[in-house]
Amino acid sequence: MPLLELEDVVASYGPVKALHGISLSVEEGAIVAVLGANGAGKTTTLRAVTNTVRRTGEIRFDGRSLAREPAESIAALGIAHVPEGRGLFPELTIVENLKLGAYVRRGSIKSDLDRVYAYFPWMGRRRQELAGSLSGGEQQMLALARAFMQKPRLLLLDEPSLGLAPIIVSEIFTIVRELNQEGMTVVVVEQNAHIALQLAATAYVLEVGTVALHGPSEELQQHESVRRSYLGY
Amino acid sequence: MSVYELLGRLAIRDVGTRRISTGASAPVLGLLVAACIFLTVGSLWSSQFAQLTVSGVAQGSVFASLALALVLIYRATEVINFAQGEMAMLTTYIAYQLTLWGLSYWAAFFATLGIAFVGGVTVQQVLIRPVQQKSIIAIVIVSIGLLSIIDGVVIWIWGGDPKFMPAPFGASVYRVGGVAVSLTDLGTIGVAIGTVLVLWLFFQFTKLGLAMRASALRPAAARLVGVRVNLMLALGWGFATVLGAVAGLLTEPSQFVLTPTMMQPILIYAFAAAVLGGLESPMGSVVAGIALGIFLNLLGQYGGYLQDSALRLPVAFAVLLVVLLVKPSGLFGRAAVRKV
Amino acid sequence: MTKRLARGLAICAAAAVLLSLLPFTLSGLNRVTAAQVGLYFIAILGLNILTGYTGQISIGHGAFMAIGGYTTAIMSRDHHTDLIATLPLAFAITFVCGVIVGLPASRLHGVYLALATLALAISVPQIAIKYSSYLGARNGIHLSENVGDMWLYGVAWGCAAILFVASWLLLRGRTGRAFRAVRDSEVAAASSGVSLVLYKTLAFGISAAFAGVAGSLFVMSNLGYVNSDTFSISFSLNILIGAAVAGLGSLWGVAAGAAFIALLPNISDNISFIGTGHDSVVVGIVVIVVVLLLPTGVAGLAHRAVTALAARRARPGGISATEAR
Repeated sequence: MPLLELEDVVASYGPVKALHGISLSVEEGAIVAVLGANGAGKTTTLRAVTNTVRRTGEIRFDGRSLAREPAESIAALGIAHVPEGRGLFPELTIVENLKLGAYVRRGSIKSDLDRVYAYFPWMGRRRQELAGSLSGGEQQMLALARAFMQKPRLLLLDEPSLGLAPIIVSEIFTIVRELNQEGMTVVVVEQNAHIALQLAATAYVLEVGTVALHGPSEELQQHESVRRSYLGY
Repeated sequence: MSVYELLGRLAIRDVGTRRISTGASAPVLGLLVAACIFLTVGSLWSSQFAQLTVSGVAQGSVFASLALALVLIYRATEVINFAQGEMAMLTTYIAYQLTLWGLSYWAAFFATLGIAFVGGVTVQQVLIRPVQQKSIIAIVIVSIGLLSIIDGVVIWIWGGDPKFMPAPFGASVYRVGGVAVSLTDLGTIGVAIGTVLVLWLFFQFTKLGLAMRASALRPAAARLVGVRVNLMLALGWGFATVLGAVAGLLTEPSQFVLTPTMMQPILIYAFAAAVLGGLESPMGSVVAGIALGIFLNLLGQYGGYLQDSALRLPVAFAVLLVVLLVKPSGLFGRAAVRKV
Repeated sequence: MTKRLARGLAICAAAAVLLSLLPFTLSGLNRVTAAQVGLYFIAILGLNILTGYTGQISIGHGAFMAIGGYTTAIMSRDHHTDLIATLPLAFAITFVCGVIVGLPASRLHGVYLALATLALAISVPQIAIKYSSYLGARNGIHLSENVGDMWLYGVAWGCAAILFVASWLLLRGRTGRAFRAVRDSEVAAASSGVSLVLYKTLAFGISAAFAGVAGSLFVMSNLGYVNSDTFSISFSLNILIGAAVAGLGSLWGVAAGAAFIALLPNISDNISFIGTGHDSVVVGIVVIVVVLLLPTGVAGLAHRAVTALAARRARPGGISATEAR
């Protein structure tokens, strides 16, 4: 049974429909990319999962329907959502952000904090600094570290590469791959199709709120229209 | 579409971005240091000055308590609770009633704090939550309606004539180097600042406190990490009401006279302090409250033309208005940027 | 002439007839109360222009009522001015005061504006206490003439009618559109060339002037007497509450709001379990209920009722396919 399933999900912002019935499925342990142009509905798809947008249709996480779950219960179910804008608290310190990541967990988080500081020594050194004083790349890393602190089964990433220099982007994606290797299922929404298809094994291409294509990344990379529209050659 | 929705759109646009407030800027800190030096020198020079300063700190800590309540609520829910003073007055009457029923002062004090907490949570859930998404005008009107209701209820139950409550601290006066410092003043400062300190520790060092701060700053992001934001807001109101209750109970401890209008001027001083400190800065409101208390006290003695006690309130307003016109974000806030 | 206009005129005409006949059916004291409904009508009308149409909150209009009231009192006491002549004078003076307040206030928004106007509401009575020697302090000022209740009723509702028509004309014209533009989106208004400062200040001035006239009339209705306790903050709160109950942004509910504010203390006095002084509980509850359940106030309710009736009449089958909101 797939970890995450969407069936015929329709979502709207007020009177404007953003998703016209999309279906997707994500197997446990996989990395799935969701691609598409601006306005295609990628971000809305993630928001539909965490109920931060009005939606109808079937959404199942590990077999359990998310239709009626309010946004604040989603984290406790094991889903971490790093939204556009990273969802950090710029007015709070780095360590406070990390602690909030672990909000739904019980028990000690110290060992996980130590792991984060080991992986990102700069976070350890600057832990009392405000998150808002970090650069874009650092904020993205903090967002991922915070997601790590939550220990979710499913990680939803919205445009992690946005506004970042290519070298930082590949660092970010390395981190994502490692998180996946530790057992986290990842759905990553990206405009940067090139790097997303390198990371993910499967991908969905959205156009105007519907799924236009989906399949294994290698196939999509060869696909005529994908190459022309999203890969540039 | 109702006018409130139209106004609501306007209100949302008028709220600036959330600010990263790390505290005061250098000139403000410099001003504070200069003020402290001035007060120390003045106190050494004249024992009357020292006395006025101390009692000013005591009064100011009452303003600070109520101002902090206003700021907490404003930060969390963007609502100015015009009924905060009346809620404080109501809890004080409740304490009075408890003493009539046989409780000792301090037992009544703590019981009232508990009742205040529950009351604050209830008000938020019943009255404020439904209007939170509406325009500022709707919220202002609801809090004014609440003010009206509380006034009426208090007069209904207890009547409008003054009531007397036992003084919590007694009338003893200590002499410190020629300066007469009353136990009442010390007790007021102790209780008010103590409450503020306990709350500060709670917000800084506990998980729940962190979650409440997060909910006030970024409710959407807080929801995504699993914080029950609505519950946090309700708790915020609970704590704010407790602060208000403390302010009410400390308002005139030497000769406790309860009247239904007793908190009205205090509310104004608290507004002035909250705006002066910065509506988004808890520390600012506490510092500003104390400063205002000292300032008004000194003005009453050395203020020349402005010495008339009837002018205390207008002076506080003048402060409020000047701050609003010159630097609305107050001493400790950063200027808000208007989102287009 | 559009149907709406015709309907509006018909209602106004009917109201005018009712109002002219009413005083003959009332006792002297009730006529004074009815006159008070009229003066609150004027005050709420003014506040509606500022808050409902231009989107600026004011919790301080009681201060302008005080200024108008004191103008009438002082002119009458010191110069024996004819009372009716004091009305345009009060109007002019409070207009100027409103502009003076409105200029800096146009820089404030939302809660800051609310706080500033609250500060105004509470300071003005305090100033009256400070300069009590000139302003009569606790002993107050008496008008030099006696005021008859029929006369008062006529003057109050006469002014109300004049100002209502004036508001209606103002609001349907260019100025009214500018006000609404400021309310709906300051940024859009400014970028379309609507001067925010000009229109906000103008709205303040006009609403203050209306409040000033209301204040003058109040002093006349208050047995011709004013002292430093007369214009307390409850005036400011009551006018705002009345405007909310009436329905902000529409002229039709104003009479209901005024009636609510003026009559409630009297009615609740007669209901034994509410009794005296407890009308504030009822006022508070009503206004909260209105805000929560009827955000468009009485005006909105009336509008919905009228629209529903009109729709049902258009389709005798009873099911209206399109309801105009």
